[in-house]
Amino acid sequence: MQAIELINLESESSPFQALDPLQDARRQLEICNACRYCEGYCSVFPAVHRARSFSDGDIQQLANLCHNCRGCYYACQYTEPHEFDLNVPRVLAEVRQQSWQDHTPPSVMARAFHRHGSAIAVLSIVAMALLLWLMQTGADHAEGFYGLLSHNAMVAIFLPAFGLPLVAIGIGLRRYWRTIGGEKLRLSHLKDAFASAAQMKNLAGGHGDGCNFEDKDRFSHARRHFHQATMIGFLLCFGATGIATLMHYLLNLPAPYSLASLPKLFGISGGVLLSVGTLGLGVLKLKAERHLADARVWGGEMAFIGLLFAVSSTGLALVAAAGTDWLTLMLAIHLGSVLTLFVLMPFSKMVHGFYRLAALIREAQLKPH
Amino acid sequence: MTQTSNNYDVIVIGGGNAALCAAITAAEQGAQVLILEGAPKPYRGGNSRHTRNFRCMHNAPMAVLTDSYDEQEYFDDLLKVTGGKTDKKLARLAIRSTEECYRWMEQRGVRFQPSLSGTLSLSRTNAFFMGGGKSLVNAYYRHAEKLGIEVRYEAQVSHLQLNGDRVDWIEFEQQGRTQRLSPKSLVVASGGFQADTDWLAQAWGPAAKNFLIRGTPYNRGVVLKNLLDQGAESVGDPTQCHAVAIDGRAPKFDGGIVTRLDCVPFSVVVNNQAERFYDEGEDVWPKRYAIWGRLVAAQPDQVGHVIIDAKSINLFMPSVFPPIQADSIEELADKLGIPADGLRITIDQFNGACRNGDFHPTELDGLATEGINPAKTNWARPIDTPPYYGYSLRTGVTFTYLGLKVDETAQVQTPTGPIKNLWAAGETMAGSILGQGYLAGFGMTIGTVFGRIAGQEAANYASH
Repeated sequence: MQAIELINLESESSPFQALDPLQDARRQLEICNACRYCEGYCSVFPAVHRARSFSDGDIQQLANLCHNCRGCYYACQYTEPHEFDLNVPRVLAEVRQQSWQDHTPPSVMARAFHRHGSAIAVLSIVAMALLLWLMQTGADHAEGFYGLLSHNAMVAIFLPAFGLPLVAIGIGLRRYWRTIGGEKLRLSHLKDAFASAAQMKNLAGGHGDGCNFEDKDRFSHARRHFHQATMIGFLLCFGATGIATLMHYLLNLPAPYSLASLPKLFGISGGVLLSVGTLGLGVLKLKAERHLADARVWGGEMAFIGLLFAVSSTGLALVAAAGTDWLTLMLAIHLGSVLTLFVLMPFSKMVHGFYRLAALIREAQLKPH
Repeated sequence: MTQTSNNYDVIVIGGGNAALCAAITAAEQGAQVLILEGAPKPYRGGNSRHTRNFRCMHNAPMAVLTDSYDEQEYFDDLLKVTGGKTDKKLARLAIRSTEECYRWMEQRGVRFQPSLSGTLSLSRTNAFFMGGGKSLVNAYYRHAEKLGIEVRYEAQVSHLQLNGDRVDWIEFEQQGRTQRLSPKSLVVASGGFQADTDWLAQAWGPAAKNFLIRGTPYNRGVVLKNLLDQGAESVGDPTQCHAVAIDGRAPKFDGGIVTRLDCVPFSVVVNNQAERFYDEGEDVWPKRYAIWGRLVAAQPDQVGHVIIDAKSINLFMPSVFPPIQADSIEELADKLGIPADGLRITIDQFNGACRNGDFHPTELDGLATEGINPAKTNWARPIDTPPYYGYSLRTGVTFTYLGLKVDETAQVQTPTGPIKNLWAAGETMAGSILGQGYLAGFGMTIGTVFGRIAGQEAANYASH
């Protein structure tokens, strides 16, 4: 009889670890292209199968199309300990991460904040302290929050803190679009991409049972639902701010607003959704297998989820703290976390939304109709 | 030796599709079931890990299956590939059950999808598993867990003690310990013996040592041999295996689907002496896929080399490894390790025998050579446009035909009658139905249908 130990299950270091993520992704996708079993799961594999060879730009595009649902990993007959050592979700996460860092200026900021949750925490505390200090030094004699920090001071801080990061993201997206060879935008492409994002189609798993995330090969919609709560919650909060701005400038109706007003209704419902969504995503992330994503940025991603939770929960707390002694401190904490979130938009997981949308638009341009 | 105290109604030997279908069916009848899977957990599922579809009859469009595929057409297809070497009663039973199996599979977590890109020819006959065979295996293990089925991995069964017309006990090794169990009934679903190259060598001679095994390294036929040695009846030619020509750089075991090469019809194939040995353009590739395994096995060192030029590089599905590339025929020969002058002569002769005509890569185009032997009877275009590409070919064994003879209830037979508490399912009994050749997706049909029958029968027997 032959020896029984045919396969060494002791995990030795993979011979492919020396490859950089782009090279390793190319190696892996060429294997996928010869197999095709995962074609039904998401948009990545049909896009892979349209090509025969992959430029660096192609691979970055595929990486940004990947939603890390992990269906392809658990279904794969070539994952370790098999010598092909496929781990498509991880290698695409690494390429994706690299593409954000390389394209968004200044890349030194991107490297620091993507990887280090502690950097996000320190920046948040600095922002909160700054706002607290400002509140204690000068304020309007106005009602509500403006009594603590003048409207003009808020605008002076938040306008650049919002505008400059958007400029950085814009530059990054332009560079990305050139890297992947994107064409002129058409309305039909945008429609297609927004529809995919709105339904999180690529986390539905092709069969509609969801993705594999928190419990290995079990399919579930948990991540999809918590992600949508987070996204919709964020958009509602953003909408609340936008409506308030319009009311302030166009209708001459400055804050504070009553509970039944549009900014409050949007803000409170958004805050609740964002809190629930981020809490859920955090819990799922703790349960998920870490080696199926870019392990280098786990801390940064977790801190980012924490930051989003801080924004939403302190926003809700502000409503509760109205008229109490806690208001000043709560406002400083809330505005500090919002400020950090804005400043870090290009340099945190937040940026994934922009690149994902760009990738979905590009995919809409490429796929056969 | 340790005697475990657990009392099981049904023990299933094996951990692939047939085993899981048997275990799930038995557990759903209320039986206490144990699965003994020889492979470690990451490699569970046997060759089912490498499968991708299920051949299914249907009289009208059904879910992912287009058009219709009735019992008679299905049966005729089987007769064609087996050359009549099939147990017609068992074959019709298998075919007829497929439609119901489809729903059964879905209800237990298997998800289907339309045929994959590049496999349009199967969209009518075969339902593809979303994610492939390993996702099917995962779904069944999840379902088995819900039903309370116990699974032991790296549990290799070495002996079944046959006493008259029943199995008294079985012995298996796990974590270096030998253990014995006496279940009420047993299902054998532990595949063929193709991973035991010593056994293959008995039929093929030392050449078998150079064969690659496309699937699991754990199908070594230990239980099959043990039962045949004790007088169980066999079916199928003991010397035959299903073998195809695959990329010669594939791993020794478990290379699976990605190692296939579809470029032979557009190529010139030579052996180590740079000589052609067979008509590369005899028929469309899926129909000639299997004979090339034997053709290559008959060449020196059991190796072939496919030579194509730049005209043909995009005409076939990409393979797992990039081709060897060169700017001249001589350079390519050097890189392939075959005589450069010999290859030059062979290619020149071949090119000289090509004639003008229309080339149609997807159909028999009749573009044949003139005046060389062997001729190439279709798709014969000169190899003259650099860069030139080469792939080495080796024989890849998919499965073996020798198996246990069973009746319509999947019960294992001896010359003096059935073994009262032993059933078999899947590759280990497939030789009853698939005496030679292969029909895509039919292995999963046999595994599912007879797995379910075996599980049902084993549970019934255990309950009284």
